[in-house]
This record gives sequence, C-alpha cells and structure tokens, in this order.
Amino acid sequence: MRSDRASAPLALKIAAACGLLFLHLPILLIFVYAFTTEEKSYQWPPPGLTLKWFAVTWGRPDVWEALGLSVRVAAVSTAIALVLGTLCAAAVSRTKFFGRETISLLVILPIALPGIITGIALRSAFNLADIPFSVWTIVLGHATFCVVVVYNNAVARFRRTSASLIEASMDLGADGFQTFRHVILPNIGTALLAGGMLAFALSFDEVIVTTFTAGQQSTLPIWMLEELVRPRQRPVTNVVAMVVVMVTFLPILAAYYLTRDGDRIAGHGK
Amino acid sequence: MRTAVLFSGVSRHFGAVRAVDAIDLEIGEGEFFAMLGPSGSGKTTCLRLIAGFEQPTGGHIEIFGETAEGVPPYRRNVNTVFQDYALFPHLNVADNVAYGLMIRGIGKAERRKAADAALDLVQLPGYGSRRPSQLSGGQRQRVALARALINKPKVLLLDEPLGALDLKLREQMQEELKSLQKSLGITFVFVTHDQGEALSMADRVAVFDAGRIQQVGTPEEIYRRPRSRFVADFVGSSNVLPPDFVAKIAGQRKWASLRPEALRFVEGGGHAARVVTRSYLGGQTRVALDLEGLRLNALVSSTDMLPAEGATVRVDWNGAELHLMEDAR
Amino acid sequence: MTAVHGDATVQSAIFRERGGLAGSLSDIFWRNPRLLLLLMLTPPVLWLGIIYLGSLFALLAQSFFSIDEFSGLINREFTLKTYGELLIPANLDIIFRTVLMAAAVTLAAAVVAFPVAYYAARYASGKWKALFYLGVMLPLWSSYLVKVYAWKLILAKEGILNWFFAKLHLTWLLEAWLALPVIGGNSLSVSYTGTFLVFLYVWLPFMVLPLQAALERVPASLVEASSDLGATPAQTFRNVLLPLAMPGLAAGSIFTFSLTLGDYIIPQIVGSSRLFIGQAVYAHQGTAGNIPLAAAFTVVPIVIMGFYLWGAKRLGAFDAL
Repeated sequence: MRSDRASAPLALKIAAACGLLFLHLPILLIFVYAFTTEEKSYQWPPPGLTLKWFAVTWGRPDVWEALGLSVRVAAVSTAIALVLGTLCAAAVSRTKFFGRETISLLVILPIALPGIITGIALRSAFNLADIPFSVWTIVLGHATFCVVVVYNNAVARFRRTSASLIEASMDLGADGFQTFRHVILPNIGTALLAGGMLAFALSFDEVIVTTFTAGQQSTLPIWMLEELVRPRQRPVTNVVAMVVVMVTFLPILAAYYLTRDGDRIAGHGK
Repeated sequence: MRTAVLFSGVSRHFGAVRAVDAIDLEIGEGEFFAMLGPSGSGKTTCLRLIAGFEQPTGGHIEIFGETAEGVPPYRRNVNTVFQDYALFPHLNVADNVAYGLMIRGIGKAERRKAADAALDLVQLPGYGSRRPSQLSGGQRQRVALARALINKPKVLLLDEPLGALDLKLREQMQEELKSLQKSLGITFVFVTHDQGEALSMADRVAVFDAGRIQQVGTPEEIYRRPRSRFVADFVGSSNVLPPDFVAKIAGQRKWASLRPEALRFVEGGGHAARVVTRSYLGGQTRVALDLEGLRLNALVSSTDMLPAEGATVRVDWNGAELHLMEDAR
Repeated sequence: MTAVHGDATVQSAIFRERGGLAGSLSDIFWRNPRLLLLLMLTPPVLWLGIIYLGSLFALLAQSFFSIDEFSGLINREFTLKTYGELLIPANLDIIFRTVLMAAAVTLAAAVVAFPVAYYAARYASGKWKALFYLGVMLPLWSSYLVKVYAWKLILAKEGILNWFFAKLHLTWLLEAWLALPVIGGNSLSVSYTGTFLVFLYVWLPFMVLPLQAALERVPASLVEASSDLGATPAQTFRNVLLPLAMPGLAAGSIFTFSLTLGDYIIPQIVGSSRLFIGQAVYAHQGTAGNIPLAAAFTVVPIVIMGFYLWGAKRLGAFDAL
C-alpha cells in the first residue's frame, strides 16, 4: 500500500470508468431483454415488460435437458480435473525434476492453443479410433482444458505454503499420509475449492470444443448457439442467457472470496 | 557422558557441491552444542542430517547409539525449531503445540493439558486459542519451541533460532534457552552464523567452513586458541599476524592471533605504531593502529589516557598472549 | 536410564517401524521420492500426453495427407500438396484477413485496457481495488456465448446502438461510417466493424489483467521521479510507463491475438460472409469432409503463435503471466 495515493487525473478516471462500463453494460442489457414483451425482433427500448417468458422457459423440456447435461458434464469434468490438476501441481511444486517445465507447458497447452484446434484434434482422433460421440467424449474434452484452472490455483497455493511446514509435520512424527491429511489438505483446500468452481464455470459455458466432441446431445451453450444461428423463440433465449450469467457469477464470486488473501484467482485461461 | 549424536566420516554431496565433506563429530548427552559458520558452510545441512531431512551420501550417523541413516524424520525422537518457525497456519496455538501428541494418537483431554503445560514452560500461558498469525515473532518462536519440547525429544535441533528477533529480544531469549536447556537436560544442537551467540550460549562450538569442521572446542578454546586463520577471523575480532612478522617477534614462521585486549600502550620498549582511528565503544575504546604497514586493533579501557589520531605510540603485549596457529588456512 | 518404567517409545531415540499398509507405504515413498513422483505424474501425463497430444499429433499427421478430388476419400500418403492448397489466393486472403483482425483487436484492446489497468494498479485501493478486480473478472468468466449474444442485441438494426445514434441525431455519422469501403457494410451486425467490436469486447479482460499485474510492479516513485525531473505526462508515459508495462502488454496480447486467430463463432454470428481461419477449419472438416486441409489450416495459427510467443518471450511477457 502506498502512502501517497494522490487522486487520479480526471481524464484517466473517465477513461477507466468508460472501460469498465464497456465491459458491463452489454451484460446488463441481457437482463433487460429477459423481461421484454417483444417476440419477433430485438427492439430497443422494449415496448413493455413481462415475466411471462420465465414461465415459458420453465416449461420447456429442451432447455431442462440441455441444462441437466451441462451440469452433469461440468460436474464430472471438474472431478477429473481436480484429481489430475492437484497431482500435477503437487509433483511440479514439491520436487525438482527434469522436465517440470514440459509438464507445465503440457497442462497449459489445451487453453493456450485456440479451442478450435483442440476440438478438431479430438474429433478426428475419436473418428480414427471409432469412438462414438457421447456424454463421455464431451467430458474427455472438457476435463482436458479444465485441468489447467485447478493446476494454476493449486500451484499458487503450494508456492505460498512453505516447504518447512511439511518438514515440520514429519519432524513431529507424522508420516506421508498423516502429513497429507493434517497439513497439506487443510492448507490447499480452499485453493482446490476455488479451482474446482472455476473449472465448473469454464466447463459449464464452453462451446467451441463441445461443438466438435458432442454428437446429438446438446449442452446449454450448444442449445444457445443453435438459437443464435437459427433463432426460434427469441424471448426464451433471452431468459436462458440471463440465467446462465447468474449461474456462472456465483462460483466466480465464491472462488474470489476463497482465494483473495494472498494468491489471486488464476484468471488467465479460457 | 553418553554420546547423543555421532558423525563418522559423514558426507552430503549435491552433485559436485560438497555441502558436508567427511565430517567426524561427537555431541554428548545434555550438551548445548553450537554449529557456527558462514552461510553455505554446511552447518544447516548437518542439522538436517540429524533431523533426517537429508540423507548422507557417505559415512555413518548414530543417535544415542542407534543407526540413523535410512530412518525417516517421523521415526526419529528428534525435534526441530525451524528458522521460519513453520507453525501450521490452519491450527491454533494449542493444536500446533499438541500436533506431535495428536499424531501419536493421544486423547484430546490429555493433549490439552500437555499443551497448556508446554505453553507455561515457554511463558505463554493462556495463548492456546490464538492463531499463529496473531502472534509476534518472539511469541511464534516460543510456540515453535513448545511444539518441539512437548514430545520430550532426545535431541532438540534449533536452526538459527534467534535470527529473526530484534537485539533486545534476542538477548532475553538467549538466557531463557540456556536455562531451559539446563533444567530439562535435553541435548540442544543449534545452528548460527552469529559468533557472539555461539560463544555466549554453547557448552561447545564447532566452527564450519566449506563443508568441513575447522575446530571444535569450548567457547574459550575457540576464542583464545583458534586453530586456523579462518577461525580467528570468523570467531573474534582477533588480530591475525602473518608468518613474516611472527618470525621476527617469536622466531617461528607461523600465522598467529593476538586478541585486541592483549595490546597495551607503553612508555618505552615494545613496537612503534601510528594511531589510525579511534572508536568509542562505551566502557572500552577500539584503537586502530598501523604497525609497519600491519593493521592491528587494540581494545583499551576508555578511562585510560588515549593517544590522539595520527599520533605515534608504542604498543606491547605479553608474549604468552601470542597464539601460534597450527593450520595455515 | 531404564526403560522399565517409562514408555519405551519415549526412551528410545529411534522409533520402531509402524508397520501396516500406510506405515510401510510411507516408508517406501520416503526412501524413493522418485517412485511417489512417478505415481503422481502418471495419471495427468497419461491423460494429457496420450489423449490430448496424441490427438494433436494425429491431426498434424493428417495435414500431410491429401483428399482425392473425385471420390472425396482421404489418400493416406505423405504429400505437401495440402499445404500447397493453403497458398491459393482465396486461402491466403482468409489468413491475411484473420491476422489483420487479430492485430487490430490486440491494438485496440491495449488502448482501452491501459486506463483501466493503470487506474486499478496505481490509484485504487481497498474496496475499490477489489471492485476493479471483480469488475474485470466477472466479464472475463461470464459465458462467451451470452456475451456474443448481447452484442447481437446491441448491433441489431432495431437495437440499442441505432436507437442511441438516432436519439442524438447522429444517424448520418453511423451511415457515413457504414458507407466506408471494407470496414462498412449494410448494417453494423454484418460489417467488419461489428466483428471487431465483439472481438474487442470479448477478449478485453484478457488484456487488462496481465497489464495490471505489470503496472502494479511499477513503483509510484518512478512516475513521480520522472515528473520531478521535468517530464510532461506524455513524456513520462512514453519513456517510463510504457517500457515498464511492455511485458504486461505482450502477455495480454498473446491472449487477444491467439483467441482472435482461432475463433469461428463470432464472425459467424456477427460479420460479413467472408471467412476467418476458424470458420475455414470448421467448414473444411465439416460439410466438405476435407480433414487434411482443415488440419493444414490449424497449423497456420500454431505457427503464427509460435513466432508471436518467441517474440513475446524476448520482451519478457512470461514474467507477467
């Protein structure tokens, strides 16, 4: 914290405020459109406000199906990513071994490369191996790029957890398993929880890789994409969009509060 | 006296780096033993070899007569006070202190009682429910001490235990550690780079340099009769005299050390020297002298008549105070 | 010392082995840390190495195959013919267009992100700092499709942007802009301007965060020292702030550049009918079934990003990640 926090020049204040507004107004707009009475166009300002579309959306089985699939895929992918990401982070941060840079690169690659490359690579591999598309092929893709989120969070926390804590635990008579249970897990727990939530959010609204790895099933983002390309009932899309925003905000806020002392949410990476 | 820790020919090499190189060492039961040396001299590695965090690449280690190589730290009845204290941030003070007992499966009530007693011992009664982050540096160190002592270790290892404390607290802790060690009778081995701390606290001191032990002895032996130039340089502010000069005054071509308080000013005889600077240190004054191009420090009482800077004086010393060193290093 | 009265474990300097599965395993792992490391690394490396890298290499291998023009079947013989096809004017156009868009988006993102990042790094504190951070994090993590959708609403002919211009009696300005060659079009939602705006919006947070991280490390005293020495704000910016922010800018640009290169959904929903690399890949692997050409196309962003990363590394971008 600097002592002399002078106030910013007016131009800078305005530019920063405009930047933030630019980031937020479009999302807020979604919230307004969810209540519009207009069905056929994206007319602004809305001719009237109604809650009708919430009821209509509630009664749509295709939305529920898509939502259910998204939640299942995200839950399974997050679980796999938690295991793989934690193992990787523990190995990389606890021991110096030849090739640890390579491991980091390997974990980061699935999000560093454009999603379309990951997607098409997996799709052609499934075709070559004669694997039929199913929920599991979607999970396979999602878990692959979710690992990095858990990994980033866990590595940051491991780095903050001093190595002498583990030595202290062993010094006081705890073997490897006891040390893991009584010292390591409590110390990285919140970081893992945060990483898991972000992985869930990431998987929940992933669309690019999913378009390549899904067969007939549609996740919520796939459903939305179809509505975007060929709109059927615009107001329902508006409502779903708003719900998606709210559903993803919660885990992100939670992750932020879990990790805010010290390390930050590993935000780089979608 | 039984032997608490025995090193015979112990080495710890990290690739080409010889952190510890063929060391022989014997620490007696109930001793307060200091390992003194500059950073990178191998003293901390030695401590970690006793704790079991490092394994020797050569040689043999015994703790109370039992072979220690290949025994993990959690099977050694040896505890460590870490330099950064390494208190568990997710546990409160009482749970930190009772950690070792919890691991051994001792019941909650008994643990609580033992933790309270240990906190009393280190003069932190009633601190059990606080978090480590709410404590000052000195308090954290006491908690770390209590956490180690509660297990009744055969050997207690302390890694730069006072390094992070300010001067006043450091002096107070020195005395407390000393009296704690006497009353418990546990073997203490502590690592430090502060020669004053080593000399004032320890029963015996080992001076480390470049992975080897230069000298082991009581503080007085180390201070008065350093075996090598390195020890003389590192341990005190001794004057180190080169062989050419020593040949002239003592007839032997050897390095020698001469303590500053052995120098005195005389009216006649002795050697002519020029006063370079004078530094007032309270009860004593340090006078830097130039004797035929040789730089000597003299420590004299401030109440004496002191020569002015730039003045030429005559200095002398008792021949017995000149200590000839065996080792030319 | 006798062990008759006291607890034997307290008397001994070395405790007995504990036995049991956990105890023995613990001892084994302690003696062979490499075994533990191997066990920890095997699952993730198998997953990422076999499933992911395997697929990636299989895809790259296919770029050296070709497609039989008559039967539409894939001819599994090594050839560089497919890469030759990349060089026909239509495909070069696609690559050129995509790279230009990525560069424009990156540049604009840097300009828009700088004030936000600088304010957050230098002037915001306490609650405001948290607010700024969340203010960037929430849009970053909120649904990509929803964000694109929001812009479809904004850019629509009957949407808020046209309404806004009409209210300000500036419709003529918008029309003049749309009348411009290349960047204009029939309406915003089918013009390059529209595509550009959506790209800028969607990737902006990826520029703000690393830039802010880099600016946090610039001591405030440096900026003050510069103005003490008589530099104008513009000079301070150019000679002090910009060089020190460079690693952050480079790191952020890796994201904005790479993400734009590979995207195929945004130009499909908002933009003209002319293709970007991502759309070309999608079209070739999908309806056309020309996996070799699609694979060759994916190599283009990989190669471009390879050069880009190499350059960014020299600017110190990875320290700001």
